[in-house]
Amino acid sequence: MNSRSLVSVGAVVLGVAVLSANIAGQAPAPAAKAAPAAKPPAAKAYTPPKTPDGQPDLQGFWTNSTYVPFERPQGVTKEFYTPDEAEAAIKAAAAREAEQTEPGTAADVHYDFSQFGLDRSQSKFAYSLRTSLVVDPPDGKVPPVNAQGQKRAAERAAARKLAGGPYDAVQNMAIGSRCIIMGGSGPPMMNAGYNANYQIVQSPGYVMILTEMIHDVRVIPLDNRAQPPQDVRQWIGLSRGRWEGNTLVVETTNFNGKNAFRGASENMKVTERFTRVADDVIDYKFTIEDPATWDRAWTADAPLARTEGPIFEFACHETNYGIANILAGARAEEKQKAERAKKGSN
Amino acid sequence: MEGIRGTRASRSLAALVIVAVASVTLAAQAPTYKVPRTPDGQPDLQGFWSNATYTPLERPDSVTKEFYTPAEAAAAEKAAAARENAETEPGTVADVHYDFTQFGLDRSQATLARTLRTSLIVDPKNGKLPPVTAEGKRILAARAEEAKRLGGRWDSAQSNQLDDRCIIMAGPGPPMMDAAYNSNYHIVQAPGYVMILTEMIHDVRIIPLDGRPQPPESVRQWMGVSRGRWEGDTLVVVTTNFNGKNPLRGSTENMTVTERLRRVAEDTIEYNFTIDDKSMWERPWSVEAVMRQTAGPLFEHACHEGNRGLYNTLVGARLEDRKAADAPSKTDSK
Amino acid sequence: MMGNRFLSRVTVVAIVAWVAVAMTLVTAQTPGYKAPRAPDGKPNLNGIWQAINTANWDIEAHSAAPSPVLELGAAGAVPGGLGVVEGGPLPYRPEALAKRNENRANRLKLDPEVKCYLPGVPRASYMGFPFQIIQSQKHVMLVHEYAGAVRTVYMTDQVEAPADSWMGWSNGRWEGESLVVDTKGFNDLSWFDRAGNFHSDALHVVERFTARSADTLNYEVTVEDPKVFTRPWKMSMPLYRRVEPNAQILEFRCVEFVEDLLYGHLRKQPSQ
Repeated sequence: MNSRSLVSVGAVVLGVAVLSANIAGQAPAPAAKAAPAAKPPAAKAYTPPKTPDGQPDLQGFWTNSTYVPFERPQGVTKEFYTPDEAEAAIKAAAAREAEQTEPGTAADVHYDFSQFGLDRSQSKFAYSLRTSLVVDPPDGKVPPVNAQGQKRAAERAAARKLAGGPYDAVQNMAIGSRCIIMGGSGPPMMNAGYNANYQIVQSPGYVMILTEMIHDVRVIPLDNRAQPPQDVRQWIGLSRGRWEGNTLVVETTNFNGKNAFRGASENMKVTERFTRVADDVIDYKFTIEDPATWDRAWTADAPLARTEGPIFEFACHETNYGIANILAGARAEEKQKAERAKKGSN
Repeated sequence: MEGIRGTRASRSLAALVIVAVASVTLAAQAPTYKVPRTPDGQPDLQGFWSNATYTPLERPDSVTKEFYTPAEAAAAEKAAAARENAETEPGTVADVHYDFTQFGLDRSQATLARTLRTSLIVDPKNGKLPPVTAEGKRILAARAEEAKRLGGRWDSAQSNQLDDRCIIMAGPGPPMMDAAYNSNYHIVQAPGYVMILTEMIHDVRIIPLDGRPQPPESVRQWMGVSRGRWEGDTLVVVTTNFNGKNPLRGSTENMTVTERLRRVAEDTIEYNFTIDDKSMWERPWSVEAVMRQTAGPLFEHACHEGNRGLYNTLVGARLEDRKAADAPSKTDSK
Repeated sequence: MMGNRFLSRVTVVAIVAWVAVAMTLVTAQTPGYKAPRAPDGKPNLNGIWQAINTANWDIEAHSAAPSPVLELGAAGAVPGGLGVVEGGPLPYRPEALAKRNENRANRLKLDPEVKCYLPGVPRASYMGFPFQIIQSQKHVMLVHEYAGAVRTVYMTDQVEAPADSWMGWSNGRWEGESLVVDTKGFNDLSWFDRAGNFHSDALHVVERFTARSADTLNYEVTVEDPKVFTRPWKMSMPLYRRVEPNAQILEFRCVEFVEDLLYGHLRKQPSQ
């Protein structure tokens, strides 16, 4: 890690330290219980414990649930909020989240997140004073997509148009709705919106990361084995890891291009860095390199906060009534429409 | 070994006499032959063997004795060979099939496992299969019904014969029976195992000698499942778990086959077997036969892979059906 | 003296390089492991062996993919595999590559495995069915569960293949701890896998079976076929012993299972 990123980690950590007293006991969302935040670290530099085979210990249950937006909002120019500003931003976001489930709204036809304790304000989240997860470029925004990337995006859009409406076929529906893969798995690991939970287990030569939705597991070898052949492609790519001091560096390639992360190509390379900076905080940074989409690499900083286990089985596909019902409904609507049209023409 | 495959029975009376004498000696039971051992101490049965024979399973109706004289045996063999060759007279229906003699496939050109016996069956003493039980009669009737339901031989692949379907032939058994041609075997032994490869259709029996139990009832195979042991110089093989789909002379899936193989000369294996199938026969029946050393190697018999015959006959049969269907007026006219 | 030292350094470098190459070619093994001796003093390779990989789906590296048969769903889908061919894609001649791709696009119709045809070599070794090695002095038998395929390896009285066949004609010899099997006389009708990789009747296969531990073998195969490939190529994989008590090869007599597929359209139709 270079000195610049050390400073920013320090700032986050410091921000957490300052706010621990303020946050404890407060209710950041209406009618919600106190949202537990990351504990403040000790004043001195933190040395993570070791696993029996000598790896820095990242094990446990972690969440990347956060109120920090991915990109810096319009009108915000600074990198960090003051604690009060962060507080206000969180409150506003929590209120918006609760709003969605007002009876009578379209969004309320979906289940009431707050009723099931799934909204962010009722779960542990990773507290941060940052105004965006993207830290490089310094303006907190993802770089513009280059010409090649735009061309690819246009081709994808054209293909989608050819494929028809969103409910014409299961393959036209969102990948998450199809229970294939969700944003939490990555890499890079993104906030899933709810159940944003992970379990890390280490054994000699391996780090395993289990993502709650959809029970995706990355088994990351640490033995410097060769890069996998070009022809093996996966939704979560193929990862290779190594320790640099107390930082786990994981490089992932061999994506299949079907779940384009922010428009990326199948040749995207993700480099993640995990450093345990407190008992209950893992500093998680990732850098995206994809010359076929962006003319420069870009980096985000999205810490993981310790949360309670266990992680429950998320048998998404096995009970995916949603797809069958939505498609059946769409077909029924078409039939109704056709029959009305026939009646109308008589 | 060069002359064995190419000898014609009609030219080898002298050889026949010598062999016949040897067979008689066999019947007299006084072996001075000491069977060699494999490196792990098993009696050595290894090599290439033939069980080609003109001796029928059951004694012909016109015969009452157990053994022919050498001259009678030679005559019987000559007659059988003549019948076999007669099939291939140009112009006969059988000749539409390939000419066995031309390809050296007829038994008279094979290594014959000769015996003076008038039948392979030695028990019952009349050389015939025992009477069928009441249950056996029911089973045979049910089979006939099923065959009727399947229809004529060319109605489908499944209504055809097992050998024409290239599923299994007579050679592997067990028990191992003369396959009419290419009736060849290759025996190889390794510590704890005797392997018998049957040329048609490259069937392999791997017989474990370690006393392991028979597999569960629900495992059924065309060749059953075999377990072997040595009793002195005799390999005793017990086979059960048949699937009943290849009935030996009517046998059911409850058949137990007990084979006994003993090498009694450099070029001869005594091959005896007993069939015990209480669902079909009132009592067990037994056979005494021989296997003779033959020249290797065995060739790959890729029956199914080259099975144009089944395909072509079915195509032809369907064409004939269509012809018959398209010309009903012909059959109407009286 | 100078010249000698130079020579020996070159030799050392060459040896080290060879060892490095060899180590990438064979899977890591207990250094210097030697199998127990068979009664005749040769390495004892008797046993029931099976490959555990996706080579029968595709010997080259490949991602997971859907089943070619809709009704089989995930049960017929293709698992991903890192490949068993050394050094990347197969070195096809251009026209042969086109044929391979055509095979692949029509594999349900063209793959001989679908018709229960004999699998050829080396496919029989990694079909996902076990095979048993029965080893005697004169013959080493490879007895496959799949389709009852069998290979006779002649250790003595060796001759050239008298005719073409599906499983080829094999002559074998011992080289130290390895059983080396040299096979020619193939027809051109079998494939290397379900992905359409194929050969001509000029196929020449050399296999090496070497014990790497009590219950595993190193299986290395060199394939040469100048009508199809621009150069020889190698594949390698471990073979695992079936160690459960009473393990045995069962029948997979599949001809019966494919009759409706092959001849169903020739069934007599019920008369009107």
